[in-house]
Formats: sequence, structure tokens, C-alpha cells
Amino acid sequence: MSESTASPAYGDGPILEMRGITKTFPGVKALSDVNLSVDRGEIHAICGENGAGKSTLMKVLSGVHPHGTYDGEIVLDGTPATFRSINDSEARGVVIIHQELALVPYLSIAENIFLGNERRRAGRLVDWNSTNTEAAELLTRVGLAESPTQPVSTLGVGKQQLVEIAKALSKEVRLLILDEPTAALNDQDSEHLLDILRRLREEGVTCIIISHKLGEIAEIADRTTIIRDGQTIETIDMTDPDSTQDRIIRGMVGRSLDNRFPERTSVIGDEVLRVEDWTVHHPTQPGRVVVDKAALSVRAGEVVGIAGLMGAGRTELAMSVFGHSYGRDISGRVFVHGREVSVKDVPSAIDAGIAYVSEDRKQLGLNLIEDVRRNTSAAGLPQLSRAGWVNEHEELRVAEEYRESMGTRTPNVLVPVGKLSGGNQQKVALSKWIYTDPEVLILDEPTRGIDVGAKYEIYTLINKMVADGKAVLVISSELPELLGTCDRIYTLAAGRITGEVDVASATQEGLMSLMTQEADA
Amino acid sequence: MTTIANLKDLMTRNLRSSGIVVAFVLIVAFFTALTDGLLLSPRNVSNLTQQYSYILILAIGMVIVIIGGHIDLSVGSVVALTGAVSAVLVIKGGAPWWVGVLAAIATGLLVGVWQGFWVAYVGIPAFIVTLAGMLLFRGLTYIVLDNVSLSPFPGEYSTIAQGFVNGLLGGYGYDTFTLLVFGLAVLGYAVAAYRNRRAKLSYNQDVEAMPLFVVKTVLVAAVVMWFAWQIATYRGLPVVLIILAALILAYSMITKHSIFGRHVYAIGGNLAAAQLSGVRVKRVNFLIFLNMGFLASIAGVVFSARSSSAQPGAGNMFELDAIAACFIGGAAVTGGVGTVVGAMVGGLIMAVMSNGMQLMGVDQSTQQVVKGLVLLLAVGYDIWNKKRSGARTA
Repeated sequence: MSESTASPAYGDGPILEMRGITKTFPGVKALSDVNLSVDRGEIHAICGENGAGKSTLMKVLSGVHPHGTYDGEIVLDGTPATFRSINDSEARGVVIIHQELALVPYLSIAENIFLGNERRRAGRLVDWNSTNTEAAELLTRVGLAESPTQPVSTLGVGKQQLVEIAKALSKEVRLLILDEPTAALNDQDSEHLLDILRRLREEGVTCIIISHKLGEIAEIADRTTIIRDGQTIETIDMTDPDSTQDRIIRGMVGRSLDNRFPERTSVIGDEVLRVEDWTVHHPTQPGRVVVDKAALSVRAGEVVGIAGLMGAGRTELAMSVFGHSYGRDISGRVFVHGREVSVKDVPSAIDAGIAYVSEDRKQLGLNLIEDVRRNTSAAGLPQLSRAGWVNEHEELRVAEEYRESMGTRTPNVLVPVGKLSGGNQQKVALSKWIYTDPEVLILDEPTRGIDVGAKYEIYTLINKMVADGKAVLVISSELPELLGTCDRIYTLAAGRITGEVDVASATQEGLMSLMTQEADA
Repeated sequence: MTTIANLKDLMTRNLRSSGIVVAFVLIVAFFTALTDGLLLSPRNVSNLTQQYSYILILAIGMVIVIIGGHIDLSVGSVVALTGAVSAVLVIKGGAPWWVGVLAAIATGLLVGVWQGFWVAYVGIPAFIVTLAGMLLFRGLTYIVLDNVSLSPFPGEYSTIAQGFVNGLLGGYGYDTFTLLVFGLAVLGYAVAAYRNRRAKLSYNQDVEAMPLFVVKTVLVAAVVMWFAWQIATYRGLPVVLIILAALILAYSMITKHSIFGRHVYAIGGNLAAAQLSGVRVKRVNFLIFLNMGFLASIAGVVFSARSSSAQPGAGNMFELDAIAACFIGGAAVTGGVGTVVGAMVGGLIMAVMSNGMQLMGVDQSTQQVVKGLVLLLAVGYDIWNKKRSGARTA
């Protein structure tokens, strides 16, 4: 099937044009005058840092953010599109496959493919014959040799991804959007997926692919659009000899560092934390290595950063070191002050002097229905008690002390933490861990979801901690944040530490190219 | 702050907890009026405490289970089983009364170990484990009792639930000892409340204004002393009331002030966060069920002593009364919220309603309908209240 015969009815202009898209959330401008033009039958890559606005743009396109909640214009096949829901966009052949797959694990492949779009007979009954036959045909198209009646839960992620594509094909997809389709896949599965995308392109299906893997983009994309801070930077023709990875990286990070970080003079002492040969496997997918022989160290008075894109294994590395809170079949050694320590569970990790402030305050960090006082003391109860009984007066005093020293804005410490703003919640989470008097503090995305002013305060607190001789490990998706706060930065890609850079000699471009290094590169 | 503004603030801030107390007072007034004061007669008040004590004992354990985010459907069967074990030893085997009590407690602890193991270390939801336990322990009760009721227990054993401490310090139509015990308790309460208020003040916490504090304390003292007078003029201090008071006091302390108690709230409030804060979740869950088994055995002893017998069908539906008491008393279905005292008030609301309706001669079926509606409304109010206050995601 050639391109011209596939779509004669729609003319030959671009299949999609998004013009001047602006989308604001309360207090944040997520997209600002974004333009995107996608040609018929091409594979169009979208690149950008975490939080640049790629996913928001795709949500606008697919109707997740309904027409009217954004400014600008979407033209699909030459006619304006005003989608009010995903159903509207799918009716016009626009299908989005999210990074988190949306399959029902205990239903069969065929049932998943036609979920919500069931093949019927006699009006209300499922036609199982055509369901399974059509599913089998779709599976052949995506190159998946599995029985349509097999439950999806028995498939690996790579094959589930293919089922999602088959599901999209069943809806007569003309514009397929894939959000980081290979982030969770191994090399072989990724390669297979890219092959399928090429085959679909020959069949006339247009693809938009969001990806962090620059090698992959170079391999498959016809054109690439770069988005940064909610704005389109440029669209690059990938056949152009100028379309180098350097150019893409520059486009992704090219913004200047302004004065958003408090000054600090580093006084670096002895090594506090050392991790050696640290390997972690995925908790539910046997054989999948999430962290691969990682080694790192942090010294007293030093802030060390971990840079990595989504899915690189940053949080997994931190949480597995913090009392095996993530993963299975963990191997490797952890030293605190040169002495090997056991981190087999969270209490041992805390005893060893490690503290971990989670990136997910609400789910993993705080007890939102409990007050500031009890959240502050939650990890430090042993210090507050004798023979199993908590000294409540002391607890109140400690909570007050931390409220003051952290500058937590709350009427008093008896207010439930759920009622505080994100920045103040983060200060409570920090208080809780600083009160355990750790040797090394691991901060996972310490400024996620908090406003600029509160960010500055958090940076100041980090500086205060290292001034007290603590070692701090910061995980962040924002490269400027790492460059502004750290002494040294490790880069992580696909679970491997791909570089260690002194901040004096580090650039965003340099880090980004280490972060996008693929296993074979 | 003026007293009035203070009062208003106190009411809105503690609407949930004070609401339940207000509801209790209203229900008592309502049934007192309908029964021509019979509800509050010395004899009935004394009876009421004895008749519902085992539900209250179960509710103490249940509220801890519920705060931890679990449920226990097996307690009725455990009451039956522990009573049966005791009866077989004491009535059939002629063992002394205390052997029966100890054997019942040992049985309860074994049940706790069993259920705690499956919930905490195997990870089966408590609903399933205790649903299985409900059948399992009921069946074991039939086996232990060989399908027949055993009665009567010897006098000493029955005293646990039916006896009174009377005349210890002489009586003049009223029991001095009872009044003295209650007087000391009220004094202790007043001193503790005053010291707590002062401590709060020294940490710059909000407290109610002095006049309001005095009124509140005097009111509580008056109600308690009135209650003391009622039982002192009847037959003295019920033994079971002493047991109950000791348990309430001990478990209020444990839930509020011990590390274990804190960990239970932490697990129920946010399991993942508790785990990442270094709480040994499995051990805490195990202890929650071990404790429930222990308290169920105490309830089993009290119930068998009260009926002076062990029956295969004993304790049927007790679990539902105990669970209802917790929810009416403000515990949250999602865990992390609840208090022992709240559960006691919830239990008393159920007790007064049942007792009041019995005195009025309302038939059993209507009683069930009313109790069901009260439970529904109490939890409905809880959810409505949470939605209104917002920001309370759990």
C-alpha cells in the first residue's frame, strides 16, 4: 500500500497542524504559543526535557484537555478539530498510547483490543468469533505471535506495547501518538517496536513519537520538533546533515542559568557514603535489570547530584539503597564512613545513618491526615521515647523547633499536613528526616511541584545541611537545579552510571549527552 | 478570645468528636423521657454496664484493628471458643476458676498468633483471614463443646461478670467505696486536664478559655459522680466495670502515647509512608491481631461468666456490634483515624438504644432496623464531614 493510495480522500496538505497552542494551569503556563505541523505518513519525533510540555501538548491533541480549555487551533486533515474527549479524537483516527499501558491484565488479548469497541452480534451480545479472528489479523500486522485468547498478564511489557498498537489499529488509526514507547523496553523489544512503526509508516499511518533516546530518534524519525519550557524551539529535518544530536541537545536545554540558587562555599570532608557494584532487578518482571552495577560515593559537606531521564533508574537506585524499598535480587555493597552496613530493611538503613526523602510526598512521604507534629516525629520516635512510651511534650517542642528553623508556614503544628501547600509539606518531610540525624540525606526531586520561592528556601536548607557536615545526594530532572546546587553530578542512563562530572566543568549539553547514552553507544 | 467565640471554635473544630457526645446525650435524654426515667434507674444503669461490657471490651481491640486499616469479623466466634475452652476445664473438668480464665486467655492469644501470621506475614487481607476465622473458630467451638451447652459455672467464676464490690468501707444505703473510687478518678481527671492545659499553654498552643475549661471539667465531674451515686445506691461497684475501666485507661494510653500506638495510626494513615519511615509494618500488624485475640478472650470470659454457661452459638454477631461501635465513634473505614474513647461512646450509644428499646418493649426486628439506620447515618455523616473539610485525602 503506497502513501498516495492510502489517503487520496484527504488531500496532500499536512495531516495535522497545531497553531498557537497555549495552555495554562492555575499559576503555571504549561504551553505557550506552540506550533506543530505533521506531514502525512511521516514519523515525527518530539523531544524535550521532563516537564517541557510534551505530554500536555499530546493531551491537548487527543482531547484529554478538552477544546475550550486551551487557546489556539488544531487542524486535522484540513478541517478544524474541536475534541471534547478522547472518544472524539479517536473517532477521527487519533489514538494515543500512554507510557503507562492501559490494559486490563486478566482479560485476553482480543478482549483488550476491542474493549469499549466490542464486536457485536444481535445488538447487545459479543461476537466472539469475529472478536478473535479480527484480533488474530491485527496481531499479525504488529508481528505478535500470540494467541488472541491469552490473558494480557502473561505477556511482557514489550508485547503489551504491541497489543496497545493492535488496539489502536482496530480503531482505524491514522495518527498514532506514542509517549516514550521504549522507555520500559529492552534493546531487542525496542528494535522490534521500531520495525513495526516503520511498517505502519509504509501502510500510511502517521506517527508522533515522544522519546528521550536520541539515537533511536536519529534512526527512525523523519522530522523532529524540539519543545522547551512550553515553547516550540525548532523542527529539524532528520535527513539534513546538520541534524546532529548536539543540535537537538542544545535545543532541549538551551536556557541560561539565572540567579535562582543561593551561594555556597563547599567545605568537603571525608567520604560518608559509598555504594559499590549495586544491581537491582525489577520487582515483578524477572530478569529485567533496573540498576546495573552502579557505584557512587558522597563526602561530608558535599552535594552530589544524580541526573537521568525518566526511566533511567534514579528513584529505583535511591530506594533500593534505602532499605531495599524497591526491587528484588539486590546485590552490591553499601559503606557508611568506610564501614560496610546492612540496608536489608528500612530500620537498618535508618540505623546506618541514611535518610530518604521521597519524590512522592503524598503517597510515600507523609501521612496527610495526621498533623505536622506527628509527621515531624514519625521517623524519629525512638529518640523521643523511653521504654516504648513517647514523650509528648518533647515531641511538641521538637515539632515547634523544626517549624521555626525550617520556616514552615502553618498556623500551628497541630494542623493536618494535607492542608499545607506543597512547599510546606516538603519542609515537614525534610524536618522528619533531619530529626533522625542522618549521615547522608537522599533527596528525590526535592522541589517537584513547588513554586519558585519555596524552591529557593529548599536550596537554602540543603546548603544548611551540608554546612552542618552532612552528605546530601540530590536526584533531579531539572539540570539547571543540579548545576546550581551540586558539587558533583553522576549521570544515569538505562540503570547504568554513564558519567561522573565535576560541576565546574559540567554543561547541560554534556550531561544530556551522557544521559541519553544508550547501552550500545 | 472571648468565651463565646472560644466555645464556637471548640465546637466547630471538634465537631466530629463532640458531635458524637452530643448525640449520646440526646439519645439518653430521649429514651429517659420515653421510659419515664426507667433508663436511668440505678438498677438499669448497673445492668446496662454489665450487659454491654463485653461489646465494649471487643470494641477496644476492634478500634485498634480498624485504625490500622484492617477489620476483624471473627471476634464473635473467638468469644464463643474461649468461653467454651474455659467451660470444658472448669465445669466438665472441675478445675479452679482461674485455670479456666488463664486457658481462655491462652486460647485467645493462640487465635491472635494464627490470624496475625496470615495477615502480617502472608499478606492475606484481614477481611478474608477473619472471615475464615469466623467459620473456623465457630466450628472449633462446636467440637470443643461436643455440640452441647455447659452450665453453670461455679460462683467465683460468675463473680467476674455478675459480682459487685460492696461494703468494703461500709455502707449507709450507699456504698462508700464506690463513691471514693469515683471521687478519686474525677479528681485525677481534673488534675490531668489542668496539667495538660498548662503544658499546652507553655508550648503556645490554643486552649479553651479558663471559664470554659472550668465549666467543662465540672460538668464531666457532675455526670460521673451522678453515675457513681446510681450504682452506689444499687449494689455497689460491678467487678466488670473495674476490668473495663482498667482496660480503657490502659489502651487509651497505649494508642495515644506508646510507639506501638503511633505506628498503628501511621500504618492506617499511609502504609507506604509508614514503611519508608522505618515502621516494622509486619510486626505491628501481627501485634494488632495478637492483641485483638487477647481482648476477645477477656470478652469471652466475661460473657461466659455473665451467662454462667458456654453455648455453641455464643457471641453470634458480636463482631458487628463491636465494628459498629467503632464507626459510630468516629473511626474511619480507610484507617488511620479513631480513638478508644470514641469507640466506647459509640458502643454506649448502641447499648443505650438497645436497652431503651427493650425497656419500651419494642420488638427485636424494629431494634435491628433502628440500629442499622444509626450506623449508616453515623458513617454517612463522617464522609459528608470529610468532603466538606476537603484536603483530607487518605
